[in-house]
Amino acid sequence: MRLINVDTIKEIIRESCSSLLFNYPSDIEEAMSLAAEKEEGRAKKAFELLLENSRIASQKHIPICQDTGMVIVFVHVGKEVLFEGNIDEAINDGVRIGYRQEYLRQSVVDDPLFKRENTKDNAPAIIYYDYIDGDRVIIEMMAKGFGSENTSKIAMLKPAQGVEGVKNFVLDTVKQAGPNACPPMIVGVGIGGSFELAPLLAKKALLRELTDVNPDPNYHQLEDELLALINQLNIGPLGLKGKTTALKVQIEYYPTHIAALPVAVNICCHVSRHTKVVI
Amino acid sequence: MRINVNTEQERFAKLHAGDLVYLSGEVYTARDAAHKRLSKMIENNETLPFELEKNGIYYVGPTPSRPGQIYGSAGPTTSTRMDVYTPTLLDRGIKFMIGKGRRDEKVKQAIIRNKAIYFIAAGGAGALYASCVKKVEAIAFADLLSEAINKLTIEDFPVFVGIDCQGNDIYEEEN
Ligand code: SF4
Repeated sequence: MRLINVDTIKEIIRESCSSLLFNYPSDIEEAMSLAAEKEEGRAKKAFELLLENSRIASQKHIPICQDTGMVIVFVHVGKEVLFEGNIDEAINDGVRIGYRQEYLRQSVVDDPLFKRENTKDNAPAIIYYDYIDGDRVIIEMMAKGFGSENTSKIAMLKPAQGVEGVKNFVLDTVKQAGPNACPPMIVGVGIGGSFELAPLLAKKALLRELTDVNPDPNYHQLEDELLALINQLNIGPLGLKGKTTALKVQIEYYPTHIAALPVAVNICCHVSRHTKVVI
Repeated sequence: MRINVNTEQERFAKLHAGDLVYLSGEVYTARDAAHKRLSKMIENNETLPFELEKNGIYYVGPTPSRPGQIYGSAGPTTSTRMDVYTPTLLDRGIKFMIGKGRRDEKVKQAIIRNKAIYFIAAGGAGALYASCVKKVEAIAFADLLSEAINKLTIEDFPVFVGIDCQGNDIYEEEN
């Protein structure tokens, strides 16, 4: 067994708060620059403002967006790993310290319905665990903005609706999200599983690098087709019309029941702050 | 085009949906919780923490500012959530709003009725807008933290006209 003290995890989360919130991840920065070249007029100006924002953010160390998000962490735990200490607490402490040290916005309320009181430390994070083989731990973390989160959707389609049904649902969701989701966006799609799994797959899809190629040729093709259709919607960067509404469509899938075709669309804005650390 | 939002409001009428404008002057910050309190105060006929007449509101909840920094990251938040409160504020004199995203029909009608204007700032450009804020004055609701009302002095703050005084909407316009 490999023993890992949870302080290591706490430190990784704290450190990620400073590295994540002040820059575009490199894949996003690159996709944004490429997309800017294809635009003209107002849409080009929109990209120029966003790229200038990213420069100022890293130079002056100002958060790239004021919605510094709610932290979502996926912990993939090697089956030969034993944690020393309370892992949930370590992750939440990492968030607390990181958000305070870096003057990030506290955007979490406790009771979501009645009290809605700010927890004042941006904790708790949303944490998912699963097992992997071996003795490593992989931590994937995102600081998710909720302007785009609020535009996400799930549908339980009939299997007969098939590929067309999926396409229509994704397109409708993006259309409704429109300018409110801070386009250009990244569209995470989860297909299959059950009512709760499909959105989780969509979330995981958002963690993939934009340069990733879907290993399944059918889904790869569907991603490309959907991206082309979305970019024909003429929503454009910041909703000001233009060729770039989305930078990428990422699909994850899982087996499902003979009677089902769950589809979830999780939308992320261009400020897609995600990172992956292997211990 | 550069406009002073306090002294050159007569120029609002000449702007069209989609125009890029650099705003300077003073604007008040308010988002969800502050709007809720303002509208309660209006209902109860209480004195408001700032004059609505001829002033503007920026929908923003910034990050806390670091020591030595004027203002934290300060991009726009989604305006749609303010729609229920906005017509009343416009009817009581608010002249301009800065936010992001769509507005509903009632807001649009109130904009036309009051010859007001809705500007959209670049969603996600918090650092850029922070650097356009030159002065911050606390006005009310400090307990709301990032949602408190502040008076900002802005300089060359880049926005697009979202809904112009005639009610033309950039998001709906076909072009
Ligand atoms: S949706 Fe994204 S870019 Fe827009 S305000 Fe929220 S975090 Fe920022």
